[in-house]
This record gives sequence, structure tokens and C-alpha cells, in this order.
Amino acid sequence: MTGWRPRSALPGFGLSLGVTLLWLSAIVLLPLAALALRPWELGVASAWESVTQPRVLAALRLSFGAALAAAALDVPLGLLIAWVLVRYRFPGRRLADAMVDLPFALPTAVAGVALTALYAPNGWVGEPLGASLGWRIAFTPWGVLIALVFVGLPFVVRTVEPVLRDLPAEAEEAAATLGATRAQALRRVVLPALAPALLTGFGLAFARAVGEYGSVIFIAGNLPMLTEIAPLLIVIRLEEFDYAGAAAVGLAMLVLAFGVLLAVNAAQRRLRPWARA
Amino acid sequence: MARRLALLAALLVLAVLFLLPLVAVFAEALRRGWDVALAAIAEPDALAAISLTLLVAAIAVPVNLLGGVAAAWCIAKFDFPGKRLLVTLVELPFAVSPVISGLVWVLLFGAHGWLGPWLQAHGLRIVFALPGLVLATVFVTFPFVARTLIPLMQDQGREEEEAAATLGAGGLQTFFRVTLPNIRWALLSGVLLCNARAMGEFGAVSVVSGHVRGQTNTMPLHVEILYNEYQFAGAFAVAALLALLALVTLGAKALLERLAGRQAGAAG
Amino acid sequence: MTAGLGVDVAGLTRRFGAGRPALHGVDLAVRQGEFVALLGPSGSGKTTLLRILAGLEFPDAGRVRVGGRDMAGVPARARGVGFVFQHYALFRHMTVFENVAFGLRVRPRARRPAEAEIARRVRDLLALVQVPELERRYPEQISGGQRQRVALARALAIEPPLLLLDEPFGALDAQVRKDLRLWLRGLHDRLGITTLFVTHDQDEAMAIADRIALLRDGRVVQFDAPEALFEHPADAFVAGFLGDSNRLPCVVAGGLACFAPLPLPGMATSLPDGPALAFVRPGALLAAPGEGAVVQGVRHDGRALHLVVAAGGRMLEAAPAPGWDAPRRGDACALSIAEARFFAAQQ
Repeated sequence: MTGWRPRSALPGFGLSLGVTLLWLSAIVLLPLAALALRPWELGVASAWESVTQPRVLAALRLSFGAALAAAALDVPLGLLIAWVLVRYRFPGRRLADAMVDLPFALPTAVAGVALTALYAPNGWVGEPLGASLGWRIAFTPWGVLIALVFVGLPFVVRTVEPVLRDLPAEAEEAAATLGATRAQALRRVVLPALAPALLTGFGLAFARAVGEYGSVIFIAGNLPMLTEIAPLLIVIRLEEFDYAGAAAVGLAMLVLAFGVLLAVNAAQRRLRPWARA
Repeated sequence: MARRLALLAALLVLAVLFLLPLVAVFAEALRRGWDVALAAIAEPDALAAISLTLLVAAIAVPVNLLGGVAAAWCIAKFDFPGKRLLVTLVELPFAVSPVISGLVWVLLFGAHGWLGPWLQAHGLRIVFALPGLVLATVFVTFPFVARTLIPLMQDQGREEEEAAATLGAGGLQTFFRVTLPNIRWALLSGVLLCNARAMGEFGAVSVVSGHVRGQTNTMPLHVEILYNEYQFAGAFAVAALLALLALVTLGAKALLERLAGRQAGAAG
Repeated sequence: MTAGLGVDVAGLTRRFGAGRPALHGVDLAVRQGEFVALLGPSGSGKTTLLRILAGLEFPDAGRVRVGGRDMAGVPARARGVGFVFQHYALFRHMTVFENVAFGLRVRPRARRPAEAEIARRVRDLLALVQVPELERRYPEQISGGQRQRVALARALAIEPPLLLLDEPFGALDAQVRKDLRLWLRGLHDRLGITTLFVTHDQDEAMAIADRIALLRDGRVVQFDAPEALFEHPADAFVAGFLGDSNRLPCVVAGGLACFAPLPLPGMATSLPDGPALAFVRPGALLAAPGEGAVVQGVRHDGRALHLVVAAGGRMLEAAPAPGWDAPRRGDACALSIAEARFFAAQQ
């Protein structure tokens, strides 16, 4: 009976594993099981229909498209910030460092109203952009994109930072002694070493962005077919008491998101031939 | 030259993307003066939202503290089959949309949920009431503590605990005298982040709350209601309070990291 | 201190996952008060054996007795065995004093000494390990050698009948290492606690142990006094592991070992026919002016000349034959064997 159980001189394995499994099952697994099972209660056809309505497809397209685009923008921006934080010494560096975590700590609703106040047609940034260039940001997909860039950026910075810090300066110096220019050293030595971390950051930023709700709904305007994100559609379905429909959209989001993350993982393995067993 | 440019560009991104919204919150909150802002916070519905938020966090954070420490202990200090799966499951809530984190509870306990009719028959309410808010918040903040502790405790290994065992220490003695002092700063930092998210969570609680003013409205939900009613001064006043909480959290986290760094640096 | 208790291990087997077991039927009987080295290459199972004795690891089969008491089912914390970890495992958030006092402070109240008594015992122990001035320092503020002494004091605080040390000098510089091992031997002679220590350094084991258990692939190959191991190795592994002999493959036919293609004369041996290995100490491989080998290196260590000679495509360690006073690099020479130990080659 104790065959699978590790024998250890340290106490508390049974207790801690028991508490963990109880906590995990009650809080995470049981509810997610409901999500996985509810969509099918009206039949497969009806579940399929509820996620293929044009309005749902438009929302999924916006959520996934904007999340992928935002994560892609976060990669160069995050690399730039991580680079500056690791390699440069400047006054206020610690403040800048703490600032990076802001989206982790700032409630999303606060971020949402703040971004809207800035980018609305009468806002600090929105007004000059509208007046001079005729751009509208809030209440268009661009607003969604900005909010998602905001929430995803720290993920890239925080995954690249430790790798960059551990990257020995000798590697670049060795490249220089072998006759590489600065740009060559960056492109051939530094970037390949950072690529896996950048990809991980991309995946995390995407995962966060695709489900994001609070910081988006204020700035998005929520026009069906145009600026309505998938999570909002779940809320709307629930308000209509269409539980199966809400669950179907939720499940579709999860499945699609895991698909993207699996692809990121696969790319990850190709980028890291040295880690392949 | 290139260095200057890179530094400038990075600071510009940080300023526009992060600093500007923060400034906007406080500026909007104070646009019509301190009095208006303070009045918006002192208003009964706002006070009810504040106390509800504190109550939810006061329940959710200890639950996840306990679960997180238990998970970190068995994952970091023991080897057993299925460990990697367990790590993935513990982190799962981070990969789930906050709205889905609320939705799952409605599917279980809502009026048309699996257990909804039974709950109704017994006069119990979970969704659109405090228990639902707590459950959704626990789900969303589930991984914070475990995630901060696991890498650190794996790094520290088992030797100190083994040494305590050979010296005759029991399980609780080992945990409180040897393990806990080694992880205290990380634990505190995990609790802080967990708390910040618990108080600031919007999507998940929005789904399970029902938005009953003065009853099931937390601070972030209160911001939304005021904002949608065009009471911008009030919305931004409450938002500013939440932003202040975020700033305090970030400051405390930075401080804890320096303390932990000093501890680790001294040990290395 | 109390008189030490002996250790009796029989049929001990431990397997980690699939593959070769870490321990494979180990038998070992250590007399009380003995100072024993567990010696072997890395992966030979010596640390696993030590951890099983302490109750930190569990055997799949076999039995452990300490002082006649069966240790099956006795958890580490109830064994009262002193254990010094390779990297010391000092509690980093406690001072040296608190580290040493730990084992006394965690006792159940009925058996816990008063705080004044604890303080007295801790100070005695710190004096015993010769670091009384460090009591308020933290582990990271003291040197490796000092940490080793503190770890030892911490293990001794619980008055163990058995002391186990895992690579006690492994993490130290060469000089500190030599000083500390002689000091440890002296301490053992004063306290008389049965002590087992793990090492992969044969000099260390030879220098201080009463007896050495030589382990290989999870088995005790030979358990004997240092001189006996050296003079009467049980097999080719022991002979090869101890000392720095030349390992010369040969073929035995009709009682004569033939070294071809090495330019060495045949030697009489009692081994049966077949492939064999000869172990020849550098001092027993003699080089004299002649043909067949070339001197590649000459080193004088203050007492004698040592040669490296190239012969038959190999480098061998040799000594000049009596009378050859000034061999030089590049000199041609002939080799002969004064003494060799033969073992049948293992399949």
C-alpha cells in the first residue's frame, strides 16, 4: 500500500499531499470539470452551433488576434526594457524595475478606466492623436491592443531578465575577439541564447492577454462584431441564463489557448537543440 | 549613442505605458478636489465595497497560504510519481481567463447550475453572495504562494531538514524552526501578491457577484458601476485607492526582494 | 562521553529506480569505538550506506543494528546518531551557538536540559572543537574548516553512540584538509565514539582509519586494516584502486606471464592459463641503460628519482635500476620487473 509513496526521513508528506489534493480538487479541478461537461448537455450540434455563430467567431477572432499581436509587440518592448534594466546603471533604475510589475499589482479595472481616460477622444493622449492625425484608439480594436500590450509586457521582461543576467559577458567578448562586429555578436550570440526565454515570455503574455477582461472592456467599447472580446460574450451569455452557451465559449477559448501554447512549446524545443535529450 | 537611445526608448515605453495611466488615475480622482474624492470614498456604498473587499481577501488569502505551503512542501521536498502533473495543475488557474474562473462557479452553484436547485431548496446562496466571491477569488489567486515558494524550496534542498531530523527534531519543530525562517521573505512576498490580486480581482468576481450595491459589490466592481453611471470623480477616487494598494504592494515586494537577496547573498 | 556501540549491517540492498542497485547485499561489522573509512569511487554506494545508517534513506532488504538494537522502523530523529553532512547543512539563519544547541532545544520538555545547562554544554563543545570565539557568528560568516568543526559540534551535542561523516573534508583546501583529518583522529581517540566516514580519497582513509571498507558497485569488496589492504588486496580492483601501480595486461601460459607487446621479460606466476593483469609499483619497475624503452621524464622528489618511460606505445612509471645515476630524457633503456602481483583478468 505504501509502494508508490516515497520513503523519506522528512515528515509530513501524507499530510501536505492530502491538503494539496483536497485544495486542488475543490478549488480547481471540480469547477473546471463543470466547464468541460456543461457545453454538451444540449447536444454536440448545439454546442458547435453556439461557438460558430458569427458574433462568437468575431469575438474569438478579436481576442486571439489581438492577444497574439499584443504578445508579439511585447517581445521587442520587453527585451528592450530587460536589456536596459540588466545592462545599464542609471538613476531611478530600481524605480523602473519596480514599475515593470505594475500590471501584476494594479487591479485590472483600474488599468481599464485609466487607459480609457487617456485614450478616449477627449483624453490626454486620445485628443491630440485625434486632432492631429485623425486616429481613434479607444472604442476601436486598437484600444484592445493597447490594453493587452499593457497586461502582457511584464511577463516578457521578467522571463528574459534572469537569462540575460546569467548570460556571461565572455560569450560576447569571445565573439568580439573572433572578429564579430557588435551587431553580429548580438544577432548570432545573444539573441539565440535569449530566444527560448523570449518565446516563453511570448506564451505567457499571450495566455494572459487572451483571457483578459477588466482592462479591456472599458476601452473596447464592446460593439458586437467589432470590439467585443470573447470573455465579454461569456458574461453576456450568462446574463441570458444560457449556461451551456457560456460554457461552450469558455471551453472553446481554453482549447484554442492550449493549442497556441502547445505550438509555442513545440517551437521552444526546436529552438533549444542542446536541451533535447 | 546607441546606449543612450536604448535607455531613452525603454524609459519612454515605461513612462507612456505604465506611468501615464497611473498618473491619470490620481489626476482624474483629484480633478474636482480632495473633498469630492474623499466624499466618494466615504459614501456608504463605497465603504460597504471596501469592507467586503477586505473580508473576501481575509478569507481567500489564508486559504491559499495554507494550501500553497502544503503544495510547496510536498512538491519541493519529496519525489513521487505525478509530481510534474501536480505542478502544472497548481499553476493552471493562471492560464484561465478570469471570466472563466467566475463562470465555473456559476456552472456549479448558479440558479441553473449542477447544485443550484439543491441549494435553492435548502435556502443556501453561493453565487451572487459572499461565498461565491470568495470561491472565485480563491481560484484566481490559487497559484501565487505555491509558485513563489516551490523554486526557492527546491533550491534550498533537503539537507537542513535532514540535519534537524538526525538531531531529534519532530515535524512541526523542523518546519517552524528550520524551514520557515529560510522561506519567510518569499512567503511574505507571495502573500502580498496574492492579496493584491485578491483585492483587485475584477473579471471573476464580476461574474459571480450580481452587482448588488452595498451587498455584493467589491471595490473594483464599485469602480465599474460608478464609471458606467458617468460618476467619474467617484470612480476614479475608488480606483485611486486601489492604485495606492498596488503601489504599496510593489514597494513592499521590492523591499522584501532586497531582504531576501541579502539573506541569499550572505549565504552564498 | 559514553562508550561507543558497534554497528552490524547484514544483506543491505538499496535500489533507486531501475538499473544497478546502489547497494547490493552489503555486510559490515564495525566494532565499538572503531574509526572506519568507507572508501570507494563515486557511485560505489558509500554515501547511501551512511544515510541508511542514519535513517535518512531506507533499505529494500537487509538489517541494520546499532549497539545490538535493530533499527528497522526507527525514524532518523529517534536514532540519536550523529551525522555530519558533506556540505555541513548548518542552519543558515541560526548563529553557531544556536546551531549547536538545536539538538538539545528540540528535545521533549521532560528530557530537555535547562537553558543554562544547554549554554554550558554548547560552550564546552565549541571549546572541544576549538572554535569558542565563533558562537555569535552565522554560518556564512565563517570559513569552511570552521563550519566543519561547528557541524561536528552540533552532531556531538546529542551525545551520539555513533558518529557518521559524509566526505568530511571534501569541500576544504588541501592544507586545511590535512590538518583537520589529524585533528579529527585525535578527537576520536579522546572520545572513543564509533565513527564511520565516507571518502573517495585513499590517502585520507589510509592516514587515519583503523579499518577501511572498500566499496565498489554497491558491494564491500574488502574490509581490512590499511596495511592489510595494501599488502594483501583481495582482487584486481583493490590492487588498482590503492597505490599508483602500473597496470600491465599479460597472458599466462604454463605458469609464465608474457607481457608482449611490452618489452618486458616473462615472469613466473601461480595463476592458471589465460589473460591476466599484473600490478607493478613504480619502484618495482626498473630501468637500466639498454634497448626497448625511452625515458620521457625524470623527476627528483628529494629522496629518489622517478622516471616516466615510453614502451610498447604506453607510458609507464618506473625507477632507475641501482647503479644508473643520471638517466636523462631521451635515453634508451631496458625494463625489468622486480616484483608484481597477478590477478586473473575479469571477464
